[in-house]
Amino acid sequence: MNGFEFDWIAIAPFLILSVLGFAVVVLGISFPKMYRGTLGTIVLVGFAVAFLASLQSWDDARLAFGGMITADKFSSAFSCIFILGATLTIGLSINQVEEKYLLYSDYFALVVFATAGMTLMASGTNLLTLFLGLETLSIALYVLAGFRRSNEFALEASFKYFLLGAFASGFLLYGIALIYGITGSTDLTKISAYVSSEGILGSKMFFAGFLLLLVGFGFKISVFPFHLWAPDVYQGAPTPISAFMATGSKAAGFAALMRFMIAMQSTTQSGWQDIIWVIAAATMILGNVIALRQSNVKRMLAYSSIAHAGYILIGVLAGNTIGSSGIIFYLLTYTFMNIGAFGVISYLSTAEHEFITLSDFRGLASSRPFAAIAMAAFMFSLAGIPPLAGFMAKFYLFSAGVKAGYVWLVIIAVVTSMISLYYYLGLVVQMFMRDKEADVAATAPLQPAVMIAISIAMLAILILGIFPSRWVSLFQDLARSLM
Amino acid sequence: MQDYIWLIPFFPLLGFLINGLLGKYLSEKVIGILGSAMVFLSFSTAVVLFFQLTQLDPENRLFINTLYTWMATGSFSADVAFRFDALSAVMVLVVTGVGFLIHVYSIGYMHGDRGFARFFSFLNLFTFAMLLLVLGNNFLIMFLGWEGVGLCSYLLIGFWYENPEYAYAGNKAFIVNRIGDFGFLIGIFMIFGYFGSLNFDTVLSAAGMQPEWVITTICLLLFVGATGKSAQIPLYVWLPDAMAGPTPVSALIHAATMVTAGVYMICRTSAMYVLSEVALSVVAIIGLLTALMAATIAITSKDIKKVLAYSTVSQLGYMFLAAGVGAFATAIFHLMTHAFFKALMFLAAGSVMHALSNETNIDKMGGLKNKIGTTYRTFWVGGLAISGILPFAGFFSKDEILWKAFSSPFGSTVFWAVGTLIAGLTAFYMWRMIYTVFYGESRVDKEVALHIHESPKVMTVPLIVLAALSTVGGLVNIPHYFPMFEHFLDPVFMKYINPAAFEASHGSFGLELTFAAISLVVAFTGIWLAKVMYVQRRELPDKIASSVKGLYTLLFNKYYVDELYDKIIVKPFVKVSDAFFYAFFDVKIIDGIVNGSAKIMDSIAGVLRRSHSGVVQFYALSLVVGAIALFGYLIFG
Amino acid sequence: MEKLIGLLIMIAVGVGLALVFWGLNRLLGPKSPNVVKDVPFETGRAPISASGRRMAVKFYMIAILFVLFDIEMIFLYPWAVVFRDIGAVALVSMMIFIAVLVLGLAYIWKRGALEWQ
Repeated sequence: MNGFEFDWIAIAPFLILSVLGFAVVVLGISFPKMYRGTLGTIVLVGFAVAFLASLQSWDDARLAFGGMITADKFSSAFSCIFILGATLTIGLSINQVEEKYLLYSDYFALVVFATAGMTLMASGTNLLTLFLGLETLSIALYVLAGFRRSNEFALEASFKYFLLGAFASGFLLYGIALIYGITGSTDLTKISAYVSSEGILGSKMFFAGFLLLLVGFGFKISVFPFHLWAPDVYQGAPTPISAFMATGSKAAGFAALMRFMIAMQSTTQSGWQDIIWVIAAATMILGNVIALRQSNVKRMLAYSSIAHAGYILIGVLAGNTIGSSGIIFYLLTYTFMNIGAFGVISYLSTAEHEFITLSDFRGLASSRPFAAIAMAAFMFSLAGIPPLAGFMAKFYLFSAGVKAGYVWLVIIAVVTSMISLYYYLGLVVQMFMRDKEADVAATAPLQPAVMIAISIAMLAILILGIFPSRWVSLFQDLARSLM
Repeated sequence: MQDYIWLIPFFPLLGFLINGLLGKYLSEKVIGILGSAMVFLSFSTAVVLFFQLTQLDPENRLFINTLYTWMATGSFSADVAFRFDALSAVMVLVVTGVGFLIHVYSIGYMHGDRGFARFFSFLNLFTFAMLLLVLGNNFLIMFLGWEGVGLCSYLLIGFWYENPEYAYAGNKAFIVNRIGDFGFLIGIFMIFGYFGSLNFDTVLSAAGMQPEWVITTICLLLFVGATGKSAQIPLYVWLPDAMAGPTPVSALIHAATMVTAGVYMICRTSAMYVLSEVALSVVAIIGLLTALMAATIAITSKDIKKVLAYSTVSQLGYMFLAAGVGAFATAIFHLMTHAFFKALMFLAAGSVMHALSNETNIDKMGGLKNKIGTTYRTFWVGGLAISGILPFAGFFSKDEILWKAFSSPFGSTVFWAVGTLIAGLTAFYMWRMIYTVFYGESRVDKEVALHIHESPKVMTVPLIVLAALSTVGGLVNIPHYFPMFEHFLDPVFMKYINPAAFEASHGSFGLELTFAAISLVVAFTGIWLAKVMYVQRRELPDKIASSVKGLYTLLFNKYYVDELYDKIIVKPFVKVSDAFFYAFFDVKIIDGIVNGSAKIMDSIAGVLRRSHSGVVQFYALSLVVGAIALFGYLIFG
Repeated sequence: MEKLIGLLIMIAVGVGLALVFWGLNRLLGPKSPNVVKDVPFETGRAPISASGRRMAVKFYMIAILFVLFDIEMIFLYPWAVVFRDIGAVALVSMMIFIAVLVLGLAYIWKRGALEWQ
């Protein structure tokens, strides 16, 4: 095994997060009575260190472990997004964990391990590394989804997620096997070289492997027709974990998908564009139309997150610089606005009453103005109303689509986002323009950590919306370095 | 000074933030004064800028205030930049000037409403968005404002949300506007795709280089947006329902400013429209048809605000007619005079409603002439102005439109003839209302009659100011003798196009005078007919109505357009979404199908049932089916 | 398409053969059921209870833990074979691996997964 050098810096974020995870486990079993805030603080400090470590590879790209790992701008940006998402998730959880669930040290540790898996997915340039990261992430999430052990929805969520996730992993693994069988390698550079010389349709077996991988990734990013698990799982999982799944896990899926697609792209473009086109269109239409009819806000956000995956696929399809940088910008803003939206739910919920139906939100503006304003901001941003970040993000993606010639797909995207405005605004109407029902009052105590997390998310969508150019130009450097 | 353009939208934004965030803690007085003062500050800034603008040569009258680069992708970049040229100047002055008066009026009108602070913060937010719309230097800022005003309109229509019918009206406005916005947004994407820029100057100067079909498509898409926002066929249905909002909102948003956004947008992009004869004709014909249709509906309507609403739709149709024959300056001129007299009439109508405990049915009014004198006199001025009586503001702008509709190279005799007919109808329905409301015997409910009172000064003073503007506002543009307004605006419209194309193709000064005389006669005939029917021989209207019963019912039911839309669009959509998407894919229904009988048994333990359901197999199946479909593509594709 | 014809035929033959044998069995096989035949065979004695009994979840827990720790053997054997060639790196790697496993053991112990009650 020549060239198999240990490059600790290349996997520094992953290493730091893994060690952090073990440390949390050890602390949890050694000091079962430890104050949750202390442990949370330790996790956040660990995240900060991992964040700085991820930034290291921005200017200093390196290949490590015989090409299994590539630490570059791409992995750096994605790792930062994951860690930001995880940080906010921890922020949302700090107060909740103890009150609602036991074993908060396990909860924190699982979030940390999941994040470690995500960073591996962003830096993997070998199908096996990608798979390893995906499984690390998934297994942690299976457990987290069922963390409210006494809640039947949670059991359902965990069970379904596990069964289907394992099923989808099977597809993925089979796809990897086929591709390995044809190209003799799982290394993305070698696979890319094969695609360059033979074309993606050069061998039916290879293309079959490609399709199986699409199924696997499609499950992770929850696009049609592999999306059915998402609403049930988001509904049943603890709210911060739903947020984490809808953002971090989805972003990780896209990171892996992008790495893979870039390898597939180095050829005459044919074969897969139609497939992605259809999947993207169907995902946008279904996600948005079904979301219209949801009265449970968590389910509504789940369908909306399905629809957003459809929008992001436009960037994948476009495959140009704007598209790639647009995806990363979108995922960054999406992380903030979605965690924020779930955060508000989490902020308002108590152990006895989960704050999730539309009627719960009635008249919130007068009883909890902070929560109502924050929720409205997140809804507007998700709907893509300027000047919030969601608009900018959509604009970049859609213009990438137009530039690459997918005008009809962009038209579908625009129409469906018009539709989406209806249900996002529906929630705002409930909060600001309806009077609250007497018995449903928001009784949740003020939770400073959650409030801070929500404020950060709100500030972020404002800044990213009003001053996006700096970030976008950074991501464009990134995208250019990929091509 | 041009670096301070941003102050114009900034003040209302500040007002919105203060009133929105701290409104709970402030008294009505502070809120009202603050909200109005912020708009007045914008107005003052705009006035100063306006005078500085006039100091420059006509060709150079352009201030641009770039704040920062909003976004940049490769060769494309869009700035947060404001543009203050003759066109923006007129729009800003109208928006802030009329807006200020309406803010002041609202202090009295909304007095005691529990949403007082919310109302003023929304109104300020609206002003902010509208100013962004007219000041933006590229399509994106314009779109930002476009969405913003739509949002505020929606929030303000449903302001009194306790009434479900009002909330429904808000919904309707929202959905209809979505359809329009969709066209607008696609248009913007096409501009981006073909021009690589969204900057007005860059796009408009390059418009000549694009193939005609591209320009036509873009123009038509933008016009779809305009029909939504400016309530033209086929998307006008939301505006009459929008009258559910408080009357100052109807005056500001649904008469004077927001609904004119479509006209403004077409004038702003006029350099593209003149390149496409198809697009121009579509604009003119839709405008004319809308004007005619709305005017006929207004004849039978019995709701004081609905008559004004249909009249607004009709007048907007006039503006589009003007724009459609290439007379952009005239369109903006009418936009301005219309803002004066329509705001006046709405506010006066609000004052009537104020006096009559919010009664809107004109059959329950009558004889109010002496009881609310100021309101009556200002309404009377508005009536003369909209009917186009010399020398009121409406005469000059409307007459100019009719003349251009005939003489412009894009015009025709038919345009002029129908337009003149509509002018007669306008005079008729407007005076029908005035005579019914203010003359004759009182048909007011007894209890209400006891409380009739003139509105407070804070409401009547804005009325008087607007009445003055409606009287003299037209004098800024007297054709041939004093065409100041046109000369001020023309450089904006002629910048990228050849002025020779707009020389009147036919017609002479003598003919123009004749036409003016004809339209005066028509207007007076309309007023006279109204007087005969509604003052002297009150039995006539019913007789006529029953003799042409079919036509009357058709008009009274607004051509059944709402019902038609409901049948062919709304119902099928709901059906499809229910039957297909929802029933087929939503889990609850799938549960029902899969578990059929089990569902009934388990309905008590409804929650438990879900965790025991076999649905997960279905999910797995969908994964497999999806994979198989992909393989189908592999084999057969 | 042509390339795949062989595959399709093979699938068809495979599925078809299975169906044919199963069907022939149903058709041709003699059927003479009686009570004694239907009784489940359990070491020659009459069954004492229903076979579909619920088991305590603790059994599964132990089984899973067994599998979890047993799997490490899969990694230890090949490691032992090449240990001499790779040297220190191999030693450190395996130490880390074992350390993680020990941590896991400590965790389940402390959490009480090994307690029978």
